[in-house]
Amino acid sequence: MLSKRVIACLDVRNGQLAKSVKFVDTQDIGDPVAKAAQYYADGLDELVFYDITASSEGRNIMIDVVEDVASKIFIPFSVGGGIRSVEDATRLRLAGAEKINVNSAAVQDPELITRCAQAIGAQSTVLSMDVLRVDKSAATPSGYEIVIHGGRKRMGLDALEWARRGEALGAGELVVNSIDADGTRDGYEITLTRMIAGAVGIPVIASGGAGKPEHLYDVLTEGQADAALVASMVHYGDYRVSELKQYLHGRGLPIRTRY
Amino acid sequence: MVFLRRVLTIVDYNAGNLRSVKRACDAVHVDALFTQDAETVATADRIIFPGVGHAQSAMQTLERTGLAQALLEATARGTPVLGICVGAQLMLDRSEEGPVQGLGLIAGVTRRFALSDPALKVPHMGWNRVRALKPHPLLEGLGEDDEFYFVHSYYLDPAQTQNVYAASDHGGDFCCAIGRDNLFATQFHPEKSGRFGLALLERFARWDGTPC
Repeated sequence: MLSKRVIACLDVRNGQLAKSVKFVDTQDIGDPVAKAAQYYADGLDELVFYDITASSEGRNIMIDVVEDVASKIFIPFSVGGGIRSVEDATRLRLAGAEKINVNSAAVQDPELITRCAQAIGAQSTVLSMDVLRVDKSAATPSGYEIVIHGGRKRMGLDALEWARRGEALGAGELVVNSIDADGTRDGYEITLTRMIAGAVGIPVIASGGAGKPEHLYDVLTEGQADAALVASMVHYGDYRVSELKQYLHGRGLPIRTRY
Repeated sequence: MVFLRRVLTIVDYNAGNLRSVKRACDAVHVDALFTQDAETVATADRIIFPGVGHAQSAMQTLERTGLAQALLEATARGTPVLGICVGAQLMLDRSEEGPVQGLGLIAGVTRRFALSDPALKVPHMGWNRVRALKPHPLLEGLGEDDEFYFVHSYYLDPAQTQNVYAASDHGGDFCCAIGRDNLFATQFHPEKSGRFGLALLERFARWDGTPC
């Protein structure tokens, strides 16, 4: 049986971990490669690097980071943030990223998903979606709306409709990030996750709101997610990756416990 | 030029991310080089035949470049060959992905997952347990709970059980490692499977090409 995955997300700016994230091991502050290596040794199943660099020079640094990570950690990792073209995707893939995540650019140019899937394979093309809870309306019958630019811009696009369309366009996996839950550490948006996981045939990664091990359990069971994304709860040192996995394993979920 | 060291040759036919295989070899201090040259493959000491992507287009490339013939020759010479993912699938007679004729090195067919349980996703992507069904030098030390990383929509269905070395489960058992004589191949990706995957690559670098 396929194990449920625990995935950690690291925000990177100009090749360094974003300052908004506080780290416990002072020697690791700023170095995404060291942090990745630490999580790898602690049994992490997969990593996501989210590049929040604004400049194009900074983006070239990201390629170096990806190459460095790829030579030190031997689990799959994906890179997202600012991917606008097949060329961006291919460069990151060749640098060693197993998958690339498209988000805002795909909302504005849905065919980007298809072009990426054709170039690097559907299994390597991840559609990441930022979702806001809204009143049900003709435009948003599911009660969830797609937002872009880190949640700043509402698109009048229904989240469930977008998830289905993303799959049809060739995405091999979905990241469902709840803007409402993000940063609260009160738990994932279970209703949203379950609704989307039940509507598509590709794996769904739940994102936003993780604060306690129970939250992961809930979204992987009731929420029907295939994987749970964590950030601050491991970055701040509140929990170790291995601890989360032991907890989930103890509650009977299929989890990779030997690494 | 005299080769003082035996190197591992990675067959390069633009089939996805080959560099990850090379990086994994580097990590366990195994000398590996890429080649697109059929002659180099035909005379190699040791071959990794990787693959990600579409079986039909992969096979077409192998045939066009002469690499298919080179792999057959190397196999006949007794060269140890490790197939990975689509590389493993193409060792069989035929793949439903296309469909396309494979290299026919091991009898069998690569089939698409047809799962009745809608909760089970295709592609089968992520970590899954690999159970050795019989001993093989490359699976030495494999524990019952050891997991490897998979990403595939098609699975290996060899005609004869003697070629089946390991199984995994996704809506039922499926074969995830095949072999005969000097050939061994995995559906999972050793290069993305943490230390157990690296250990398998290391064992392959030392393997004498006999199944037991």
